[in-house]
Formats: sequence, C-alpha cells, structure tokens
Amino acid sequence: MSILKKLFTAVRGGAREVGESIVDANGIRIFEQEIADAQNALHKAKKSLTEVMAKEMQTKRKISALDDSIAEHEEYAGQALAKGNEALAMEIAEKIGDFETEKSEHDQVLAGFSNHIVVLKQQVKDAEKSIKENQRQLTMVKTTESVQQATMAVNSTLNTNESSMTNARQSLERIKQRQQDRQDQLGAAKQLEASANGDDLKAKLAEAGIGEQNQKSNDILARIKAKQNG
Amino acid sequence: MELNELSIKLASFETEGANFESFLVANEGEQEVLQVIVDGNDELPIFVTQTEEQLLCISYLFNEAEVKTELRHELNEALLKLNVPIPLSAFAKIDDQYAIFGALAVSSSFDEVTHELVTLADNAIDALDAVTAYLNE
Repeated sequence: MSILKKLFTAVRGGAREVGESIVDANGIRIFEQEIADAQNALHKAKKSLTEVMAKEMQTKRKISALDDSIAEHEEYAGQALAKGNEALAMEIAEKIGDFETEKSEHDQVLAGFSNHIVVLKQQVKDAEKSIKENQRQLTMVKTTESVQQATMAVNSTLNTNESSMTNARQSLERIKQRQQDRQDQLGAAKQLEASANGDDLKAKLAEAGIGEQNQKSNDILARIKAKQNG
Repeated sequence: MELNELSIKLASFETEGANFESFLVANEGEQEVLQVIVDGNDELPIFVTQTEEQLLCISYLFNEAEVKTELRHELNEALLKLNVPIPLSAFAKIDDQYAIFGALAVSSSFDEVTHELVTLADNAIDALDAVTAYLNE
C-alpha cells in the first residue's frame, strides 16, 4: 500500500493519537534499506552495462575485420581463377570458409551481448524508478513525522501562551487594529513633519492670502504701476 | 540554510515593507522549529521546520471548534477551492487546527524564503478575514 493511501486511511479514521506515528521507525528503515538496495543494484547494472557495451563494440570490430578479410580473399580467389589456378582458388575458398565460421561464432556472441544490454538497460531504469519512488514515499513519511513533532513543539508553546491563539476572531481584530494604528501613526507623523517644516502655516497663510510671496509681488506690481503712471 | 542561521539573518532584514522577529521554539524532540513573526503580528506566527527535502512554513489559523457547525462543510469546500488561486500558500488541517502553509525546496535562497514568509503572513490575515463569517461569534 502506498504511503499516501496509508496516511489517508489514518487521517480518515481519525483514531490516531496525537504524536502517534503512522509509519513506525521500522517502516522508515525498510524504505531506507530498499533505497540502498536499489542504489546498489543500479551501481552494479551500470558497471555491467559499460563492460558489456565495451565487449559488444570489440565484437563488432572483430566482425567487421572478418568481413574485410572475406571480401579481400574473395578478390584473391577471383584473381586465382582468372589465372586458371583452380587449386589455389580452392585453398583460398577454404580460408574464406574458416573466416565465415569464425564470423558466425562472433555473430552469436554479439547477439548475446546485445540482448544482455537490453536487459541491463531495463535493470538500470527499474532501479532508478525504484529509488525515486521509495524516496518520494520516504519524504512523505518523514514530512508527516516532522510535522507531528513540530506540532507537538508548537502546541506546547501555544499552551503556555494561550491568550494569543484562543480565538481567531480576536486575533484578526487585534491585527486589524494594529494595522490601523500604524496607518494613523504614519498619518500623524506626516502631519508633524509638515508642521515642523512650516509647510502647515505657510499653506494656511497662502490660503488666507497673506503669504510673504504674495506681499512681495503686490509691492512689485504697485511699483510698476506707479512708474507707468509717473 | 540552518534555521538558526535563518533566524539571525531575519533579525536585521526588511523586505517588501515587512520586518521579522524570530526565535527557535524550545523543543525536546529532534525537530527544530523556528517561530517567525512578520510585522509584529504575533497573533499569527509562522512556524518554520526543515526536513531533508523541504522547508515547511505553517501558520495556524483557527481551531475546528471555532467553526459554526452548520457551515463546516461549506467552509471546507471553500478552502479546497481557494487552494489554487491563493498565491504560494495552501490550506491545511493539522490535528484539529486549520492552517495555511507553504513548502519550499531546502535549496531556496534567503530572498525566496523571506518572500514566502511575507506572502504567507499576508495570506493568513486575508484568509482569516475572509472566513470570519464561518466562525462562532
């Protein structure tokens, strides 16, 4: 049964005592052992795979060398026949026969290696899958465990500090109040800064038409008017 | 990143307009838990735990007992449906506590962790605000 299914059953049952492990320590060890075994198998399969692939290449090389020899000797036999030397051609033909026997032996070996490679590749895939799967399951077990442990720690903190967690409504109100307070403070600080800079008074003066700047321009305007009239 | 290292870094850090307070929860077990408070909202602390694969950030929202009995099914349904649209976080239930959480790869950078914490803190407040109608007066 997958861990998630086990967890689901445990959660649905609701019979679980707080802190009771869904998967016991033994269960975790089994997962860890399975991961270790799969990693071991993966390592072996990969090592065999490289060896067999090397042998496959060697065999292929041998076969291609034999093919070359066969072609070469067929050429020789042709030349011997052309020269009417039937006996020599026969000797060469025997040699070609030897090459072909050797080649068919290597062909069989090659087929064996190729099959072996397919099997090993499948083993590598299986081991990798198994590792990933077991690790995923183990993560679930470990997370469940650590959340349980953390919850116990958190609960003991909350119990000693009960007022802070008893009622979500009250918590929310307190938070909202704090946010409001902070905004009010910010607003007040802005006002304070404005008045400290004198912006506040200036603004009021300007509004009342008593601004220093206004006074000056009025004077200037009056002066210009006086000049024009004069 | 070790949790105590995270705690030290958080202390002098400010991001996205938020600041952090954090301390390791006293714990007899082997599981370390870092309690993080974002922007002084100690009503909704975030508990950070680390496993081999992931960094879990959990904030407890409310107790099952606080839910109006007749609306419980509807609430569960709504939370399941909100799981996808809510950014980075998901709803969960741990024992009889409803919670909101986010999970990060242990290889996450400090910036990613703080972004997660800030987002989770905001999501937690928004979520609580959104579900108050389902909770007992």
